Amino acid sequence: MLFTGIIWGAAAAGLALSFFKNKDKSLRALRAALKMFESMALLVLLTIWSIGFILAFLPPEAVSRAIGPGTGMKGVAVAALFGSIVLIQAFIAFPLAGSFLRQGAGVEAIAAFVTTLVMVGILTAPLEAEFFGKRFALWRNVLSFISAIIIALAMGVVLG
Amino acid sequence: MKKHSVSLGLLVLMAAVHFALFIVRPDKAREVMSTAGNYFLEMISILPPILVLVGLFDAWVPRRVIEAAMGKGSGIKGAFFAILAGTAGMGPLYAGFPLAKSLLGKGASLTNMTIFICAWASIKIPMILFEVKFLGAEFALLRLALTIPAILLISGLMKLVEARSVSHESN
Repeated sequence: MLFTGIIWGAAAAGLALSFFKNKDKSLRALRAALKMFESMALLVLLTIWSIGFILAFLPPEAVSRAIGPGTGMKGVAVAALFGSIVLIQAFIAFPLAGSFLRQGAGVEAIAAFVTTLVMVGILTAPLEAEFFGKRFALWRNVLSFISAIIIALAMGVVLG
Repeated sequence: MKKHSVSLGLLVLMAAVHFALFIVRPDKAREVMSTAGNYFLEMISILPPILVLVGLFDAWVPRRVIEAAMGKGSGIKGAFFAILAGTAGMGPLYAGFPLAKSLLGKGASLTNMTIFICAWASIKIPMILFEVKFLGAEFALLRLALTIPAILLISGLMKLVEARSVSHESN
């Protein structure tokens, strides 16, 4: 992947430049990075394992049936919930959403799915709470969920 | 350290469930393994360089620069910088958390840090390009136009939430 290459390149170049300018500072930067990795590793591992379970038992056909053509407001609700729970990379989620749209799913439902998918993360909430506190994680996700529904309905009015 | 042991316990529990699944439904168990494996590869390919960059950012960018750009009195300019920084983000949301935390530590306001997280989550430039490709420019741009004001609103409200939490915790 191009993006992965870019950030490895940027990290390597930054690190080389940093070591060239100040060795102590660079070592401190590396230690800080390692400490962050330690604090995240277990939670990230738990998160991705849970995704594995959820996606294995929630096949795309079921999703299509729930938010497909003619499901109306129920479709929006299901799509928003589904988008909040799962964590899918954009390069899988957007083609999936695109195929639902072509199959005749409502614009509202697809917009709700895509928006909650990126902005609301129930599975990443524990990690978010670890960094910013439970209250922050809870409210940011709740407010994002509400916004996603409003955005979805507005898009349905404009494009539907 | 208590948190670590809870996570560790859950991890052991998951391993046990996964093992049981291999006996009851080997097909599903393999599916879980390959999905989780893919995400694991993604995490391993993206998290180390991001954390190194966050570490370097922490060590080299002076506090006053972030304070001036995104601090309490930075107003619209601060919000603009926060959105710009978020859209330049790469990788999943969890990769953005350490950088956001570091911004906060360097004096960015809570509102601007929330703007940064939301922008990273929803309007990263590579993501928009993908959305245009698969859902169409009309869909993607309208969603973008609605998302930006939503992000600003959410971030403004978060300040109120956190202000209340401070007075709460002092009780």
